[in-house]
Amino acid sequence: MSIASYVLGVIAALITLGVVIEMLRRRQLRERHAVWWLIAGTLALIIGVFPPVLAWSAHLVGVEVPTNLVFFVSIAILFLVSIQHSAELTVLETKTRVLAEEAALQKLRMQELERRIRHMEAPSND
Amino acid sequence: MTSPLARTLVVLPALNEEGSVGDVVREVFAKLPGVQCLVVDDGSTDATASVALQAGAAVASLPFNLGVGGAMRVGFKYAIEHGFHNVVQVDSDGQHDPAGVAALVEALERSDLVMGARFAGEGDYTVKGPRRWAMVVLSTILSRLARTKLTDTTSGFRASGPRAVALFSDHYPAEYLGDTIESLVIAARSGLRIEQVPVAMRPRAAGQPSQNPFKAAAYLGRACLALVFALMRPPIALKESLEVGP
Ligand SMILES: Nc1nc2c(ncn2[C@@H]2O[C@H](COP(=O)(O)OP(=O)(O)O)[C@@H](O)[C@H]2O)c(=O)[nH]1
Ligand SMILES: [Mg+2]
Repeated sequence: MSIASYVLGVIAALITLGVVIEMLRRRQLRERHAVWWLIAGTLALIIGVFPPVLAWSAHLVGVEVPTNLVFFVSIAILFLVSIQHSAELTVLETKTRVLAEEAALQKLRMQELERRIRHMEAPSND
Repeated sequence: MTSPLARTLVVLPALNEEGSVGDVVREVFAKLPGVQCLVVDDGSTDATASVALQAGAAVASLPFNLGVGGAMRVGFKYAIEHGFHNVVQVDSDGQHDPAGVAALVEALERSDLVMGARFAGEGDYTVKGPRRWAMVVLSTILSRLARTKLTDTTSGFRASGPRAVALFSDHYPAEYLGDTIESLVIAARSGLRIEQVPVAMRPRAAGQPSQNPFKAAAYLGRACLALVFALMRPPIALKESLEVGP
């Protein structure tokens, strides 16, 4: 492995981690959404700084070509993140729907009250 | 003791039905003395809400379209808040004859959920092609589940008694086709008594039906999928301590 690719790997991992942490700091990302990205960034940094770790762990789980382990773990993380997003979307949709139902009922109630108040203020139009 | 109709709320889900909803509301009041009527305007872009209001109905306007299921939940919640015992769903396109409501409400004496069935002898309503096959498959499976003969499981003309209203106000499905198929599964598995009563169907009074031929072709698959998912979900326990208003 050349020096250039070593440096590229480390810098890419640092940028990923930096972006996630900065977004967390600015509250543009909530912790529970950032967890997977933090795990991915940390793994990338460890492997970037100590490349032998990759070969060692690939050997440990019986993966012959170490890069395949990288692909496998990356896809697994992306998969989990999308599932989490779909689930959150479903929860949000349910919440919006309930809010819309409540809003419609409140509006109706308000109109009814306004109608009664008008009726009380002008009883002559009975 | 008030009459069952006085304790009944007629809910009309309406999406862009300004041409027919006014007449339907007036017909409901004319044919069903003492009944109250709630139109749920589901993000219509036309004058549905004001036409319904003019005709004398209460109108709940949703800020955006939720589909028939979401609209019915509003109806069920309104019924509970205002102490109605029964909820009857009637289409606002004029296809359901409000005169049939009386028969449905009468059947609520012995059942929790009464379906107005369009093929059970009365009227001359027919459907062809994939939608027809879907209906046959669905009726066979749902009849077994509900332990009663159901021939028209996608009918939107149905009456819910107090137990069904309590169940549906929290658990009425909002998904496409959920309002018809999954609601039956939920009701059957919660132990509600389901019954069907023959009703006549009329052609819609104005506007466009939401089903076109292309949608009808996709109907079979989606309906069966909806049924499979409904059956996979855990059953909902019925709250037996039912507090029903005056
Ligand atoms: N609230 C609500 N009502 C709807 C929606 N789509 C259709 N409807 C109403 O549901 C009823 C039945 O619709 P329709 O298109 O006639 O369906 P069909 O009779 O089963 O072919 C009518 O009263 C429509 O106005 C919707 O998205 N939301
Ligand atoms: Mg119709």
